[in-house]
Order: sequence, then structure tokens, then C-alpha cells
Amino acid sequence: MRRVGVLVFPGSNCEHDVVRALGELDTPAELVWHSATDLSAYDGLVLPGGFAHGDYLRPGALARFSPVMASVADAAASGVPVLGICNGFQVLTEAGLLPGALQQNAGLTFISEPTALRVASTRSVLTRTTPVGTRLVIPINHFSGAYTCDDATYDELVAQDRIVLRYEDNPNGSRGDIAGIANAAGNVVGLMPHPERAMSTLLGSADGRELLASFVGSGVLVG
Amino acid sequence: MQVDVTLREGIADPAGATIERALPALGFTGVHRVRAGKTFLFAVEAPDEAAARAVAADLAARLLSNPVIEDARVREATA
Repeated sequence: MRRVGVLVFPGSNCEHDVVRALGELDTPAELVWHSATDLSAYDGLVLPGGFAHGDYLRPGALARFSPVMASVADAAASGVPVLGICNGFQVLTEAGLLPGALQQNAGLTFISEPTALRVASTRSVLTRTTPVGTRLVIPINHFSGAYTCDDATYDELVAQDRIVLRYEDNPNGSRGDIAGIANAAGNVVGLMPHPERAMSTLLGSADGRELLASFVGSGVLVG
Repeated sequence: MQVDVTLREGIADPAGATIERALPALGFTGVHRVRAGKTFLFAVEAPDEAAARAVAADLAARLLSNPVIEDARVREATA
């Protein structure tokens, strides 16, 4: 990618981590305030973690109405890779760019810990270079991370191979151990774990590096 | 108007379940099927009640609830 736009909503708090992580992968990234409507300068978009609009009402419920989201939908439809991490995943589901919803963790506790994941599909911009079954350890940091959807949606996700990451030991009650999913084209991906926090073995894990390298190495998927 | 939002039938309700588990310790033995939810109260400027209800229903569907996991019920309430 030539340049990635990292969206910033009032209450986002992982945007600098993402910019830094992408920089380590030699990919320029810049912060884009949520009132922006022109995203044509970017060939990749990241919705970072945090608490957009304070997470009032529901996580992502208000961010969905931020002016930038119409442009995100247009970019997603034209094949631009879009990655939603944690709160960004919640925003993408509320905006209807990914199916299902993230509800409160089954144990009603905020969980912040490294979690073991398995790559479940390579049909996404995030996982296209990591073989199915690969074990990754990446931190999660959320209160509302239990992925939920109806039976028809779940069957469709399975049939279309759109479940990209599953928890090895389900920490939050997610349906089908789902940690991340993609849209049908594979260019829009949401996940609850934070790959940008797993960039160095010195800090516990570098397993996020491979995922983000896959993301920045992906071109526009037109389809 | 008043909008009550609760999780849909069949969607896990961890808050409701936690409340229900605590009840026996407080001496409530015959209380079951506890559901937790949210209530919103607001005033609507509209020519009549039907129009106000329509506005409230639209607001409930588009913002106050997530239809993927929640049901919203609209009723008239005096502020």
C-alpha cells in the first residue's frame, strides 16, 4: 500500500499504535479525523480500537453516523482493504459492512490478556499469507467482544469461508469461537484481537506482524 | 415517548442471567426469566400521536436498538 488512512473518532485510543506498527512495515499511515469525507488519498483504511463516541448507547452505534463512514462504505464497495480492530470491528458491524454484532462478554468482565488464535481462512486481506491452522498469540482488550449472529448468517459465514480467526480457548462467549470475520469479497475484515500490539517478541509476541504485513501487501480486490 | 430495548429471544443476556443467579441469596425464590434492558424517554414534536409514534419507531430502529440482537418496543409516556 502507498498510504493507509487510520480513522480517528472521538474516543479512539489505538490509532498511534496502528500508525507505528504500519510504519515498521514500511507503510506510511496517517490519522484521519472522523469528519473527513474524502478518502481518495488512501489505498487502505484502518478503524482502530478505543471507545468511539464514548461507546455510549452501544459500541459503534454512534460512530456509524460519523461523516467519514459513508466514504468508508464506498471504499469498501470498490475493493479497498478495510481493517477494523476491536472497536473498529464493532463500528463495522454497526455500519452493516460486516454481519452480526459484538455483545458483552459472557462473563461480564473486561478482558485484557494475550489469547491464542487459529487462522481459519485465508480468504481475507488480513490472513491471505498465513496458512489455515497457524497458531497466533495476540492480545485482546475488550468488554463487548462476544460475536453474535443468527443461524442463517453463521451458516453463510461458514459456507463462504469468511471466518478468518477463531479463539483456541474462547474467552468471551463468541459464537463458534469467532475472533474475526471478513466480508464476501475478503477486503473488509474485523477482529477483536489487537495485531498492532503484537509487533515485537520483546513485548510478548510478534504474531501480529504477519497479519498486518498481509494487509499492507494486499492490493485492491475488485469484485 | 418511551422506547424499551431488550436483547432478542435466543440472544444470550449475561446481565439478566447474573441478576437471576443472585436472587436466591436475597430470598427471591420464585423469580425467573430475568431480562436486562434499556429505557429511553424523549419528547417528540409532531401533529398527532400517530406521527410521534412513527418518529419514535424510526429512531428506535435506526439508532436506539441494534436489530441484529435487540428488540425495541415503543409506547407513549408522559414526561
